[in-house]
Parts: sequence; structure tokens; C-alpha cells
Amino acid sequence: EERRYRSASGEPIALRALQHSASCRELAVRCPRLQLRSLSAVTSAVWLAAYGLFVLSQNSMVLSAAIFITLIGLIIYLHFVKIDQESLLVIGSLGIQVTSSYASGKESTTFIEMGRVKDVVINEAIHMQKVIYYLCILLQDPGDPQGVSEIVPLFQSSKPRLDCLIEVYKSCQEILVQRKTAPQSN
Amino acid sequence: MVLKVFFPSCCSSAESGILVGRWLSEQSSAVILAVVHFPFIPVQVKQYLSEVQRVTKVSVSVLGSWSNSKQEKEENLSKFLEDLGTIFSHEPWIQISKEGDSKFWSCSTLQKHSNSPKEEEVILIYYDQRKVMLSHLHPPLDTAASTDHKADDASKLSAIFHTVAKSKILFMTDRYDDGPIKLTHWQSDGAEASIIVELMKQASVPACMLLTFLLSLVSGICRSRVLKFWPLSFLWSKLSTCEQLGHRLQHLQVISSNKKAQTQTQLMRKANIFVSLLIDVALGILLMSWLYRKNRIGHLADTLIPVADHVAEELQDLLQWLMGAPAGLKMNRALDQVLGRFFLYHIHLWISYIHLMSPFIEMILWYVGLSACLGLTVALCILSDIIALLTFHIYCFYVYGARLYCLKIYGLSSLWRLFRGKKWNVLRQRVDSCSYDLDQLFIGTLLFTILLFLLPTTALYYLVFTLLRLLVVIVQGLIHLLVDLIDSLPLYSILLRLCRSYRLTAGVKFRVLEQRDGKPLRLLMQINPLSYGSVVQTYRLPTYSCYPKDSWISLCKKLFLGELIYPWKHKGEKQD
Repeated sequence: EERRYRSASGEPIALRALQHSASCRELAVRCPRLQLRSLSAVTSAVWLAAYGLFVLSQNSMVLSAAIFITLIGLIIYLHFVKIDQESLLVIGSLGIQVTSSYASGKESTTFIEMGRVKDVVINEAIHMQKVIYYLCILLQDPGDPQGVSEIVPLFQSSKPRLDCLIEVYKSCQEILVQRKTAPQSN
Repeated sequence: MVLKVFFPSCCSSAESGILVGRWLSEQSSAVILAVVHFPFIPVQVKQYLSEVQRVTKVSVSVLGSWSNSKQEKEENLSKFLEDLGTIFSHEPWIQISKEGDSKFWSCSTLQKHSNSPKEEEVILIYYDQRKVMLSHLHPPLDTAASTDHKADDASKLSAIFHTVAKSKILFMTDRYDDGPIKLTHWQSDGAEASIIVELMKQASVPACMLLTFLLSLVSGICRSRVLKFWPLSFLWSKLSTCEQLGHRLQHLQVISSNKKAQTQTQLMRKANIFVSLLIDVALGILLMSWLYRKNRIGHLADTLIPVADHVAEELQDLLQWLMGAPAGLKMNRALDQVLGRFFLYHIHLWISYIHLMSPFIEMILWYVGLSACLGLTVALCILSDIIALLTFHIYCFYVYGARLYCLKIYGLSSLWRLFRGKKWNVLRQRVDSCSYDLDQLFIGTLLFTILLFLLPTTALYYLVFTLLRLLVVIVQGLIHLLVDLIDSLPLYSILLRLCRSYRLTAGVKFRVLEQRDGKPLRLLMQINPLSYGSVVQTYRLPTYSCYPKDSWISLCKKLFLGELIYPWKHKGEKQD
């Protein structure tokens, strides 16, 4: 089941929460898709500029170079820049897995073991002229039990607003709290 | 705590039997390594496992039972499997059962000495045994750097990788062996090996011995006293070709040593050096074949003298321009003429020297070009040395101009202090006031004025020659950067990451498989390979790298004061 929210910049995003078992939850945020009008606007701008250069220099290589650049740029954008979906898989007593899937199908995954996770919190940040909220995982410092060695920010591309983040936070905490109350086996 | 069972995907279709593996109690996980089939004698199984434990130092034991029934569930079989729990006492006793071809297995545990009777949750994690065994887990770069990180605190995943990797001997028995124990694991259908790899392993031993012998001869010759006399040793240290050859010799020594590589890093380094040498020599031979086809090297030698002449003529034009009114500036005529004539005579000497050498150039170049077969890096270093030799006069001019300018600046600063009535105290390393006599002041002021008015002329010559010298230095620097790149790129690791990406692991990733209510959670554990950037950073070969030893600010300061600059520093050079 999907719920609609808004991102920090106002675009519509969707959150999907799946419960696979008592200690395993998956939360996926789908980012706004690539708009056809922005794509066509950029392509027409590049081709108009190339045509202008062609008229000035009468060299047809400019046109083929412009087509080549547009294609390569689009491929690079889809494969390395445009993120389609960001998901969080929390498996109690194993760890937390953060996945970003790009528009070309590539997936980049990071798995953080439960032993290294101190907590999952909502933090504030000043981004340009706004103050936004973001969810992050605090990693344990191996030397200092009270210290935090690193912060891993989540959902950096979709930037959901506070209402969406609260849902995700509650889901995560329900699983994380189990590891403190679970009895240690011998 | 939640019980995690790591099950190898190759055993999914195995016959019923008992599960053998390692129990990690602090994480409450069971790593299953193999399935032992019926019929077996428990005493023999225990003996076999203790033998394996002694060899691999991994505590392998019987963890539970596995039943794969093609028909409906058999009641007496399940009772029999429970009774096995009493023979091999293990706490908790894990029972996994699969019915028919169903994907959803049921997994239960028997706890005899447990305080809490409630049923704990079970997670079933499938893993590819062969890939996990062959892979090498890389710790994250920041924890690898911190030294106070104990090995016990290491991640739980590394314990699993370690278990599977060390149990190689368990995977040696396959089902064609006539032993008392019948196992199923990833290699139970028969071990595979490649004839080519085995032949190369056999051939590498005598090849290494031959190479070691040849290398000891070569290094003996290099170390002989004949080559250590002053002019020759100075020459060797200045030529970058000799450095590169020495570096490659070291590499060859590393490869040809007959000690087997102990750790993964040593093995990767040896392989990287080998592949890098191979590619280098292949590119060098390609270059050589291109140069010698259609006698291109003859054409190159023919154009070398005219190019040197052209450079000398350009320099002469430049000096004539400086001797006139360069860029509209007014120079001091006398000093201008003196400096200009001095440098012109120098160029005249240089041109005559080049013309003297011209009949021999082609032959020298032909033989020197043959050494490109030692590698592309050697050819590039020779090119850099040839550039240095051809632009030697620019270097000389730079040194003359810099020395003159430096002298002038020091003189000016000292006389400026005298002008103001101060003196540099060498003992105290500071400026002190001092009372001078009248004639000292008079002569000092006179000299100061002379030097000040001659400053623009000297400064202009210095500027022009410094720019030329910097140009040559930048070209040489680029060539050396390319040589460094070829030297230090870990090509074998990059190829491995491309073709067998599971060998270099940064971590794991889990995929949630189909679930059904009431059955345990099913996950698939896959290997997350290292990114290309981390591969290059981890396995970079060390080089005698050339890097700028001064920051920009100190470089500008040196240029302003007229000190000689040597921007590229080699590791191992003495500090000046």
C-alpha cells in the first residue's frame, strides 16, 4: 500500500511500507520521475545552440557532436544521477540495508550491521535557505560506547518532509527497540 | 535473540541427513557447511569432525537435522531425527524440513536446557558457498586505519566469511570418494581444476629459479665498483631512465622470489606487478614495431637536428628582441648588450656542438630505440631524458639568469638595510641597528642606486629564462606522471573486479525472497563487490613517485628571490 507525501522541494513522492515478518520491515520511497517537458526543454536548447553554431561556422560536425553529447549526457544522467527509488530494509538482529535504485536500473546497496548501529534519528539541517529534516543512522564508535563515529543520512535524493519521516522513524524504532529487550542467548 | 541459519543454496536439493557447520553463539547464528547423509555411524562422524577441526582450527560440529521428503511428511522419520539430537548433543538442535518441491521450508529448534520456553523467530539466509569461500572481505578503509580496533570486535560477517574460507578441507571429499561419510556441499559433484593452471604452476618453479639467477647476475654487475666513480654515478642519478630500470628490476625480484605469498595482499601485489610488467613490455614492443616499420626512427633522427637548430634560432631571435626595446621597456644599454652577447655566444657554442654530433645521431637513436622493448615506461623515460639533454642550454641560461638576479636581490636587500642604518646580525639571526661611518654610507648608497637602476634589465632576462625553464619542467613532469600511472595502476585487481567481482568484497546485500505466513523469513545473501575507486586505492603499487615538493606559496617565494627551483622530487633523494 502506498501513501503519498511531498518532498522538501514540493514534488510528490510515495512511501511504501512492507512488513515481511515480525523483525523485518522494508520502507521504500519513490522519487518523482523524470519529467518529459524538462527533458525536451534541455534537448531543444542544446540542439538550437548547436544549430546556431553550425550557421556561424558551416561545419556539420557541430550537429553530429551535439547529438552525440546529448545521448552521452542522457545516459550518464540516467545511470549516475537520477535516483528512482530509495529503500530501507531493517532486519532485526542482522542489520540495516540502504538501497538506491537509479533510473537505468542500477542499484547501489550498503549494509550496516546491527552491532555498528547506535540509533536512527531525525535530524535538522540548514540546506541553502531552508531548514529541512532528514533521517539518519548513527554509527557506534568502537572505542567510546557513548560516542558516535559516523552519521549516515538516508533518503538524500527524495528528501521527504517531516510527516513521511515520522512514519519511517516509528517503523524503524519498533524493530530497533527489540534488540534492547531481547534476552541474550548463552 | 533471533536465530539465523545460513544455508548454502547448493544443499537445497540434498537428500535427508544431518547438518554440519559452525555455531556462533554470541550472534545466535548457525553457519551450515555441509549435509551428512544416511547411513552413517555417529562415532565416525564425530571422529571426522574432530579431524577437520584440528586441521582448520574452526569449531565444526553437528548442528541439526535436514529432512527432504519427496512425499508427504513421514512421522517416524521426524521422530528418528529428534532422537539424533540426543546422540549429537548440540544446543539448540535445529530441524529443517522441506516437503516435495516447496520453496517454503519449516524450521524449528529444540532447546533442552532453555529457561524461556517461547518459540524464537528463525531467519533462513541462503548463501552461495563457492562465492563466499573464494571472496576476500575488505574492511572499510577507516576501520582498517585505526589500530586500536580489536580483532574480536570485528564484524559478524567476517566471522561467517572466515568460517567458510577456512573449511576448504571439508569441501575436498566429494561423492565419488569411498569414505564412511557422504557429504553434500558445493564441490560434492567433483572438484574442478584447469589443466593450463596446473601446468603453469609446475612450469613456474624452474622459470622463477632461472629468473632469480639472471637477476642476481644483473644486480651484481650494477653494484660493481666500476660504475661508482664520480662522473658516472652523478650521471646515473640524474637520468630518470636508470631510476625506472632499477624500479623494474625490484619488481622482477619480487615476482621471481620462490617464497609463496602468505596473505591476500601479497598475492594481489605479485599478480599486479606481473600483469603490469607484461602490459608494459607488450606496449613497448608495439611501439618499437611501429617505430622501426618504414624506418620511422630514421626520419625521427633526421628531423632532430633541424628541430634543435630551429630552437636555437628562436632563442637567438628572442635575445635580439631583449637587446632592443622589449615590449616598449627601456633597458640599460650597456648591461643589456653584455648579457645579450654572452648568451648569444653560448648558443653559438651549442649549435656547433649539435652539428658535431649530427653524423652519430641516427645510429645512437637506432640503438637507443631498441631499448623500448624493455617497456613503454622505459621508452617514455628515455624521451624525457632526450628532452632534458636537448634543452640543456635553456637550463644553463636559467641558472645564469637566476644566479645573477639572486646576487642582485641579496645585494639590494643588504644595502637597503645599510640605507636605513641597520645590519643583519648573523649571531642573533635578526636585524640590528648599527652606526656606519660616513664613507661606508656614501659607497653603500652609491652601490644601492646602481643596483636598483640595473634591476629591471636583470629581472627581465631572469623572467624570460625562468618561463622557458618552467615550460620544459612541465613537459617533463607530464611524461613522468604518465610513467607513474603505468607503474602504479593495479591492472590485475581491476580485471578481477570486472570479471570475478565476488572475489573482492566490500560487504553483503540481502534480498527478501517470497514469504509465507507461519514459515521462517527467507533472505538471499549476495556479495556486494568493492567499488573501482576503492580497488585502485587499496591495491595501488608503490612507486618512486615524483610530486611537487614545494607548495605554491614557497615556490613563488623562491622564484621572487631567485633561488634555483627543482620542482619534482623523487622519493629517496636527499633533502637539500
